[in-house]
Amino acid sequence: MSTVQTSMPVQAAAAGEPSLWSRLRANRNWAALWFMLPAAAFLILFLAYPLGLGIWMSFTDERIGREGVFIGLENYQWLWDDAIFWLSVFNTILYTLIASVIKFAIGLYLALLLNRHMPFKAMIRSIVLIPFIVPTVLSAIAFWWIYDAQFSIISWSLIRLGLIEHNINFLGDSNWARGSVIFANVWRGVPFVAITLLAGLQTVSPSLYEAATLDGATNWQRFRYITYPLLTPIIAVVMTFSVLFTFTDFQLIWALTRGGPVNATHLMATLSYQRGIISGRLGEGAAIATAMIPFLLAAIAISWFGMQRRKWQQGSNND
Amino acid sequence: MASVQISDVRKSFGGFEVLHGVTVPIEDGAFVVLVGPSGCGKSTLLRMLAGLENITSGTISIGNRVVNNVQPKERDIAMVFQNYALYPHMTVAQNMGFSLKLRNANQQDIAARVKKAAEILALSPLLERFPRQLSGGQRQRVAMGRAIVRDPQVFLFDEPLSNLDAKLRVAMRTEIKELHQRLKTTTVYVTHDQIEAMTMADKIVVMHDGIVEQMGSPLELYDKPDNQFVAGFIGSPAMNFLNGHLKSNGQVYVETEEGARLPLATAPTASDGKPVVYGIRPEHLDLASDGIEAEVIVVEPTGSETQIVARIGKQDIIAVFRERHDVKPGERIHLRPRASSAHLFDKDTGRRL
Repeated sequence: MSTVQTSMPVQAAAAGEPSLWSRLRANRNWAALWFMLPAAAFLILFLAYPLGLGIWMSFTDERIGREGVFIGLENYQWLWDDAIFWLSVFNTILYTLIASVIKFAIGLYLALLLNRHMPFKAMIRSIVLIPFIVPTVLSAIAFWWIYDAQFSIISWSLIRLGLIEHNINFLGDSNWARGSVIFANVWRGVPFVAITLLAGLQTVSPSLYEAATLDGATNWQRFRYITYPLLTPIIAVVMTFSVLFTFTDFQLIWALTRGGPVNATHLMATLSYQRGIISGRLGEGAAIATAMIPFLLAAIAISWFGMQRRKWQQGSNND
Repeated sequence: MASVQISDVRKSFGGFEVLHGVTVPIEDGAFVVLVGPSGCGKSTLLRMLAGLENITSGTISIGNRVVNNVQPKERDIAMVFQNYALYPHMTVAQNMGFSLKLRNANQQDIAARVKKAAEILALSPLLERFPRQLSGGQRQRVAMGRAIVRDPQVFLFDEPLSNLDAKLRVAMRTEIKELHQRLKTTTVYVTHDQIEAMTMADKIVVMHDGIVEQMGSPLELYDKPDNQFVAGFIGSPAMNFLNGHLKSNGQVYVETEEGARLPLATAPTASDGKPVVYGIRPEHLDLASDGIEAEVIVVEPTGSETQIVARIGKQDIIAVFRERHDVKPGERIHLRPRASSAHLFDKDTGRRL
C-alpha cells in the first residue's frame, strides 16, 4: 500500500483517503476478526488462561496463601511414587470404562425403543430426560439416602422380601461403593446418550429400512447393516462427550463418598480437589489435574480418528 | 416372472378408507402403470403389493399365491423408491449385492451378478463409488441395479423419476422401458405423470380418490376415455371441456350457452336438451373459415407445434397446430372440431355418453 507522497499534492488534498482506523473497520478480513473477538476473549479469559495457570501451577510448590516457586517436575515425581494417586487413576479408568459402556448400551437400547411408534411417545421421552435435568447434587443426595447404611430402601426391600438378612453397606465397602457410584453415574448419564442417539436415529430415512426389509433383512440385520453404521458418527460424538464428562466427574462422588471408603472411590478430580483445595497444596492438586489431560486427549483422538475413517460421508457434495 | 392379481383391495388408515375396493389384474410380463393425482391411493396400493402396508380387506396374489400375510422378503419382489433409498455407507457394488449377501450367497456369485447388472446399466466404472459421489441419474440406475440383481418375480417402481430433471427423466424413461423389454419381468410402476404412463405402459390404471377410474392400453384411454376425469387426465395439453346442451332435432350437435354449435359424428342415446360436456382434444381442432368463433388470448410456439389459447364466450379453449398459422393475440379466429374425435360426457355423472 503506497502512502500519499508529497509529490502528489492533489491526491493528498482530496483528503477522501480514509484513515487507518476506518479502513480497519471496513475491511472484510478484519471484520471477521472483530466478530470473533468477543468469543475469543471469552475463551481466552475463562478457558485458556485458567488452563495455562493450572499447568504452570503444577510446576510450582504454591500453597493457598503463599506464592509458589518453580520446582520443575517435582510434583510429578512425588505423584509417581504415590500409591493413592495411582489408585485414583485406576478408579477413574474403571469408573469411566464401566459407566460409559453401560450408558452406551442402555442409552442405545432406550433410543431404539423410543424411536418406535408407541402411545404417549412424547411423554415417555420427557420422562427419560428427568435424570438429566435434576441438579447433580440433588440426585446425589437422593442416592445418598438410597445407599444409606441404616435407612437404605434397597436393603429394606430386600430384607422384607427375605433375600438378605443384614443391611448392605453400600458406601462403606470398597467394591459396593464403586458399584454404587457407577450406578448413580449411569442413572444420570443415560438420558444424554439416549436422547442424542434418538436424534441420530431420526435422521435415518425410513425408506432405507423399507428397502432393507424388501432386501430380506431381519430386525437384527437392519440394525447391524443400516442403523449401526449410519449412527456411528453420532455414537462417536456422544461417547466422546460421555467419556469426557465421566472421566472428569466430581460432584457425584464428592456428594456421595468424598472418595472413601479408604480412597476406593477417589477419582483424579476428587483427589485433585482434596489435595489442592482442602489440604491447600495447590501445586500438587494442579499436577493431578494436569495429569488428566493426556487421558482426555487420548479419548478425543480415538473418536477423532473414528470419525475420519468414514469415507462415505465425504466425497463430492452434489445432492 | 409372475402375474399379479389385485382383487377388491381396500385400505383404511384408522377409520379413514383411502382405497375403496380396487381390482387390477396384471398379466405375466406386463408393464402396468398406476397413474393418478396425489392422494389417489396409487402409492399405497404399491406399498401393499410390496408388503410395506397391511391389506385391510381383499386379496393380492403374486403368481398363484395369495400374499396378504406373506412377509415382504418372501414375496420375491424388488422395489425402486422415489428417493432411491440407497444405503449411503455402502459402495454401489455393496448396495447392489446387499440382498444377496443377506441370503448368504457366496462372494463370487454376488460379484458375478452385480457385475452383470452393472453392465446392463452401464454402472461398471462406478462400482466402488459411494452414493454421495453419484449424479441423480446414476443413483437412479443403482437403485434399478439393486432390483435387477435379485432377479425378482415383480419389479415395483414408486415414482422413480420425479427427482430427476426434465431431460434426464425422458432419458431414464426410455432406459426403463428398454430394460423391461429386455428382462420381461412383470413391472408395476406408479407415477403422477401421465406422459410417463402413456409412453411406458402396456396397461394404464387411472386411479382417483381410491378407486380405479379406468384401465386399458394407452391408446384406448386416449381414444375412448370412460369418463370426464380420465379424459381430462390423459393427454397433454388436457382435453377441452365445453358446457352445453345436446340438440338432436334432425341433426345432432351440442349447443353452448353462447350459441356455438359443436358437431357430433354419432347420435348418443340421450334426450334432446340434456346438459352435457363436450370434450375435444386440442389437437383435434382445425382452423377454418367457418366453425366456432373465438378470440385468441395467447399464442405459444414450441417449434414443432403451436399452442393457441382462445376464448369462446366465457370458456377458454386450447388448440394445438402442427402448421404455423400466423395469428396474433386479440385476433378472431374460427375453430372447427373434428366431429369424429369429439367426446360427450354426462354433465352430472361425468360418464361417457
